[in-house]
Amino acid sequence: MADLLRAEGMRKQFGGLVAVNDVDFTVPEGSIVSLIGPNGAGKTTFFNMLTGVYKPTAGRVFFDGSNITGKPPHAVTERGIGRTFQNIRLFQTMTSLENVLVGMHTRLTGGILRSILRTPGLKEEERQAGKRAAELLDFSGLRGRDEELARNLSYGDQRRLEVARALATKPKLLLLDEPTAGMNPQETREFTAFVARLRSEEKLTVLLIEHDMRVVMGVSDRVTVLDYGEKIAEGTPQEVQRDERVIEAYLGSGALAG
Amino acid sequence: MARPRLTRDTLWAALGTLGLDRSRWNAQDPIVRRATAVALWLAGGIVLIGAFGSFNWTVFAAAAIVFALIVPPYAQLPLGRFVLPLAVLTVAVTYPFYLDELFGWPIFGPFPAMNTMVVMMVFVMMALGLNVVVGYAGLLDLGYVAFYAVGAYTVGWFASDQFSQRDFRFGSVGVSPQVTGIHLSIWFCLVIAAIITAVIGVIIGLPTLRLRGDYLAIVTLGFGEIMPQIARNGNELFGTNFNLTGGTQGITPVDAPGFGSWINTNVGLPDNYLAPSSQTIGFLSDTVNVFFWSALVLVIFTVFCSVRLRDSRLGRAWIAIREDEVAAAAMGVPLMRTKTWAYATGAFFGGIAGAFFASYKSAVFPDDFFFNISVFILCMVILGGMGNIWGVILGACFLSYLDREGLANIGAWMNEKFSLTLDVPKYEFGIFGVILLVVMLFRPEGLIPNERRRAEFETGVHDQPLYDVEA
Repeated sequence: MADLLRAEGMRKQFGGLVAVNDVDFTVPEGSIVSLIGPNGAGKTTFFNMLTGVYKPTAGRVFFDGSNITGKPPHAVTERGIGRTFQNIRLFQTMTSLENVLVGMHTRLTGGILRSILRTPGLKEEERQAGKRAAELLDFSGLRGRDEELARNLSYGDQRRLEVARALATKPKLLLLDEPTAGMNPQETREFTAFVARLRSEEKLTVLLIEHDMRVVMGVSDRVTVLDYGEKIAEGTPQEVQRDERVIEAYLGSGALAG
Repeated sequence: MARPRLTRDTLWAALGTLGLDRSRWNAQDPIVRRATAVALWLAGGIVLIGAFGSFNWTVFAAAAIVFALIVPPYAQLPLGRFVLPLAVLTVAVTYPFYLDELFGWPIFGPFPAMNTMVVMMVFVMMALGLNVVVGYAGLLDLGYVAFYAVGAYTVGWFASDQFSQRDFRFGSVGVSPQVTGIHLSIWFCLVIAAIITAVIGVIIGLPTLRLRGDYLAIVTLGFGEIMPQIARNGNELFGTNFNLTGGTQGITPVDAPGFGSWINTNVGLPDNYLAPSSQTIGFLSDTVNVFFWSALVLVIFTVFCSVRLRDSRLGRAWIAIREDEVAAAAMGVPLMRTKTWAYATGAFFGGIAGAFFASYKSAVFPDDFFFNISVFILCMVILGGMGNIWGVILGACFLSYLDREGLANIGAWMNEKFSLTLDVPKYEFGIFGVILLVVMLFRPEGLIPNERRRAEFETGVHDQPLYDVEA
């Protein structure tokens, strides 16, 4: 499998604090890769560097054959990286449908003049976009919630809406930042199955930050472990589970049983 | 909120002693309830006007119109959403014909005169323009007057004898053959002004829109201060003896609008607003009325664009940016470009408004473009309800009415009633401050709030900045 994403020598420094230090990282096309590590290990910072929210202090990111280092977030999204946020960042006072439509921003063309004139072509585009948005909501398990304001959705539904919104950007690679945080075991199981479906049905590559080991071990092809901003292990879930540094730093002895 | 419910409970307790029961009232059809409530309010208003205003039959006509517009559930009908706008439009368009018949309010006195109405329309347009920037995209702009100024000066340059070393005319009306200078038709000038102002909006926007929140507000404040200074000192630009703005004297006279003699002969529209020929259609011969209707057309254009943009891809992106910049960027919304579009759009309408106003006043003075105008327009947007077109129109009408007529009327009433000699309009900004305070205390989302904004006021926007974001 070719690498969809390749990051070389990624480093991020906030003043004197080195949040991510010299991390090499690849995501093969069509795989599900997980990034794990204790709190404060630099996982989210790493994510933010990949998506252009942070500019890396050093290092380069290649996505789908082109260098996207230091590109602004919207340009990264346009190239095909969709993401969710660890602490849900929906557009709270927009409806579910509108949230998803904002996600389609780069895939729609309506400019200022055409919007004012509302040309037939634009009307058709908006109609198609609405239809596609409704389908995405359906696919993400939010059927019938189209007109609900995002802030009125339940916590689990807000998480689902974030994924639907990220899918609306038509990503090749989907970055999920702790998607099951705060979900109950039932919801977590459903979500794990949902991620597997994303790969099989939507042909997506997924990069996951996750704390829940059942999710990580259940769906991942590869796991990378960060600790204090450094990569300490990488491999299949089984290899990582057996790695002593990982056990020491993060998993603890209990994880072996789980 | 607790406060209104308390009054309501007291009211019902009082009615209960008269044998009126609340539960029976609540069992009624909602339409009956609304009709009764509106009728009671209107009856109260009629009694007040009868007692303290100048009363005549038009009070009943006005009450009937209000009743017919508010009570029936038009929203449920097909095309029902057009009923209210069309009715308001009809009332506005025919205003000059029945103005003289109208009753007078208590304290406030008569309805606004036609020249006040023209100014009100200009401010409505400006407030709607600022609403795109502040209400939709959530960018606090304290220097909006800069765009108003650019629009006005553009007309000053292209439709007056300011550049008397040149002699060029195209479609201008009422310019004596002896006068030199550039004289374009005002209609062209409006377009040119709009485009130039939008370009200036982009130029100002590119460096400033990288900032957020308070920083943006302060930089826009700076630009709002720079523009009138350029205007005031632009009579000798950089010591080159080139007179750009006429300095403190401004530019005067500015040409009047008009459609020229060909349209006048063939269609009957006024050739020159200030001096229409005898071939003009009768009711279009009144100068101030045609200015009013022209302004109304511009307002309708602005409202139309505002609505279309709000419901478009760009409008969604603006609201997304207002809600959460980081998430919007991560969803593929280019922050700089989208914000700059908001700025340019707002500037566009501000420019048209300024240009039209300059032609109406037949003058451009630098003193018209100081900081207080920016604040004044911002107050209109906040008072009416940010993001809501009806609210902004109401806020702009009310405040500009107070500014032009209302305060003077109130002052006259007070001085007569209490034998005072106060000059009330002098306290204008103090009074506006009090109005704004009261509104912020009791209705922080504005008089007619936008649904979303109301929600934001309840929960607050969570925009946790991630500091490295660059667009």
